Formats: sequence, structure tokens, C-alpha cells
Amino acid sequence: MSLFDKFAPLAAQYSQLEHAGANPFNVSFDNVISPTEAMIKGRKTLLLGTNNYLGLTYDPAVIAKAVEATELYGTGTTGSRIANGNYTGHQRLERALADFYGRKHAMVFSTGYQANLGIISTLAGKNDHLLLDADSHASIYDGSRLGYAQVTRFRHNSPDDLANRLRRLAGEPGDKIIVVEGIYSMLGDTAPLREFAAVKREYGAYMIVDEAHSMGVLGETGRGLAEAAGVEADADFIVGTFSKSLAGVGGFCVSDMDGFDIMRVASRPYMFTASLPPGVIAATEEALHQMRIRPALRRQLTENAHQLYAGLAGLGFELGPEPSPVVSAVMPSPEAAFAFWAKLLEAGLYTNVSLPPATPKGMALLRSSVSAAHTPAQISHAIALFAQVGQELGLIQAASRPELASVK
Amino acid sequence: MANLTGDIRDIIFDTLRSSLPNAVEISEQTHIVDDLGLDSVAVMDFVMEIEDRLDISVPLDKIAEVETLGDLIATVRSLKDSA
Repeated sequence: MSLFDKFAPLAAQYSQLEHAGANPFNVSFDNVISPTEAMIKGRKTLLLGTNNYLGLTYDPAVIAKAVEATELYGTGTTGSRIANGNYTGHQRLERALADFYGRKHAMVFSTGYQANLGIISTLAGKNDHLLLDADSHASIYDGSRLGYAQVTRFRHNSPDDLANRLRRLAGEPGDKIIVVEGIYSMLGDTAPLREFAAVKREYGAYMIVDEAHSMGVLGETGRGLAEAAGVEADADFIVGTFSKSLAGVGGFCVSDMDGFDIMRVASRPYMFTASLPPGVIAATEEALHQMRIRPALRRQLTENAHQLYAGLAGLGFELGPEPSPVVSAVMPSPEAAFAFWAKLLEAGLYTNVSLPPATPKGMALLRSSVSAAHTPAQISHAIALFAQVGQELGLIQAASRPELASVK
Repeated sequence: MANLTGDIRDIIFDTLRSSLPNAVEISEQTHIVDDLGLDSVAVMDFVMEIEDRLDISVPLDKIAEVETLGDLIATVRSLKDSA
């Protein structure tokens, strides 16, 4: 008997993938060359499975700020802000985020996951009610489990089901807090946020919008879906991450609500963890600046997303409901997803495999994500490889195969 | 109340039969995860169908406590009674 016996079924699946020599959950990059290319097993590989939406990981200005701050302030803060002190960079980044969103308050967390843990578990108290979209990210579910509120989930992207659940809670004491996401990370679909906002107003609830995958992607200035849908005033709290469009690591929450700052001494995932290293903070502040002054990145990202979505749809793959930087092809089974993934990697294309219960409705997904840094030729090449492998595995018709383009 | 209990059991069994791909023998002793092979999300999705039919909301901590169909019937019955 072992402590790990309870993981036997998972361990069996995992070791099967390891033995097959193609485990999508344990990929090693020998070297990363650029936002769109890396060396994997000695082969130059096109990266189509990162969340590097704006391609800023190698931006010279961002790197320069990271180096400068590291030299000035050292490699780490060695503690939490409440116990071991604030660095000016953290406070400056919070002001920059508040300014970007046009809100009074901003709070920086050490990861995006912790931002959801810290905000959701603390905002919703014992007698309050959390209403989560069914397809919410693990960090939203985990944040709701860390707190003491009653939690129910409503049907994905269904304002009617949300309204039903709020109606059932109508006589109950406590605040009601709705949690939705801008872009859902598995299928790349957006929330019907105007309709959710109307339901929220009707029932006097609060709303948290997680813009992790939509910051820098949607909206006139890149603030996300709330901006794009024109309902920022209804998004009482915006949660986001630095690890996608902002090319670093960390998370944040912005709000206009008076009293928000008390969260700093009430939110345990904020209080009891080390704050981000000065280099990461400085890089993030510069990436936010770059994002603001270079709207062309967002336009390029959108064009690239449409190119990949249209290309894969044209080949006959079943995709998510709308084009977005996340483009997922539905596979008939986990085995098909593994086989497809491995063949693409052999051909020099890196993507992701997503499986239930992380995916909705038991779907096995081959998930791709595009970057503003991808060239149209790189995306054409990726589409051609999807065509080639799709035919080899008998998942699409041969007639739809485009010419395999060479990458410039 | 006995009638409602019976109704709830029928509703849960009906809902389950229509959402499982294959016909499976089910009883109040059926273990939802071990016997039916449903993962955590599939269980929550199945409960959602029942919520719709009975116009109740089952909190996630209550779903987490449920192991057998009998547990689920009891949970749903107590929520419906207090609704």
C-alpha cells in the first residue's frame, strides 16, 4: 500500500504517455528561440501552444526593464508585502493598472491563479452566494472552495439559467456574486456579457469578470470583453493575469468600489505568499505600456486568429463557436488527440492537448493559440500540417488539403 | 411527502438514464463515480439537469458529499422540502 495508490488510474495513463515517448503534459524545450519558435528534441519547432498573445516575451524594452530592476533591487523580495514590506515597483504597477482600467484600486497577486483564489475566497463570505459559470477555470472553482460562501454553477454562457438561480436565491440573506470569464480558455468562446450585466442589475448582484485570456485581446484599448461589450460599469471587479498578453507572471484585480483596499489584510492568498520579484514587476509594467502604445499588436493578433480559425474550419475540423486567439479542434477521443498532437510535434508544430474534466462536455481538444508575433506564413504552415496529419489519421477529407507551405 | 420522495427518485433515475450513453442497471445503492464512471464535471452536469426539472439549486459542497444515488435523492429531497 502506498500513499499514492489513489492515483493509480491517473498514474497508469500518465506512464502510458511517457512510454509512448510523446507526453503532452511533460514537454521540455531545449531552448526557446523567439515568441514563436523553440527547440524540442533537437528540432526547431513552431510554437502554437503558448498564451503569448502579444508576443512580448522577447520585447527589448520589456527585457531591459527586467534587467535594470533586477540589478537595482535584486532577484527577489524574499517575503510578502504585508509582512516584509512593499517595493515601489509593486505600487507603481498597481497605479499603472488602475490607470489603464480607469479604476480607483488595483491589487497585484503573485500569479493569476492566486488572484482568483484571493479575490473570490475573500469577497464572498459565509452567508454570501457565488454563482459560477459552469465552464469556469480551475482557479475560480478552487477560489470558491477556499472560501465559505455557498456556491452554485449556472449553465455555460446562459443568462437565463443565471437569472433562474438568482430568482431561487431571492429571499436568501447575503450578497450574490457572479463570476464569468471574458474568453474561455478551452474553446476560445466569449461570454454574453451585456446579457449577464442586465441580469446582474435586475437582481442587484455583483459581478467579477476574469479577463485572463481577453486582456490585450478584446476591446478598443485592450481592456477586455467588458470594454468590448460596453459594460465596464457592471464589472465590479476585473481579474486578470500577467502571464498571457503581458508576457510575465502574476495576477491582478482592479475595482472602483470604495473600501477595496481592506482586501490587502483580509485576502490570505495575497497576505501569505511572497510578492513578485522586482524584475517581473518592472517587465510587466513595461509590457503594459507596450500594449497600450502598440494597438497594432492587437490587430495583428486578431488577423492571425481569424487566419487560423478559417483555415482549420475550411479543412473540416469542428472548432469552438467563434474565432479567438484560442482555436481548439474537437477530437473524437483522448487517444485521437494524443496521436494528433504527437504527429504534429514530430512535424515541428507544438500545440496543447486538453482533456476532461478540464474541458466542457467531456470533449478531447487539440488546442492551439496564436500570437501577434506569428507571421501569416507560419500560420499557413501550421494549417498545412493540420491538413496532413488530419488526413493521415482519417479525421478529415483528403480533398480539402492545401499545399504544404514552407516557413520563411 | 412519501409521494414526492418517489417522484424525486423517478426524476433522478429518468434523468440519469437519458444522460448515460449505455443502459445501466441503477439503484439507490449505485455509486455515482465508481459504478457510473462519471468525472467531477459530468456529475455536476447531471445534477444541473435535475436542478432544472425540480427548480432548485444544489450547492457544490452538497454535491461533493454525495456518493450514491440514494445520497443524491436525500440531498435533493431536503433542498426541495426547504425551498
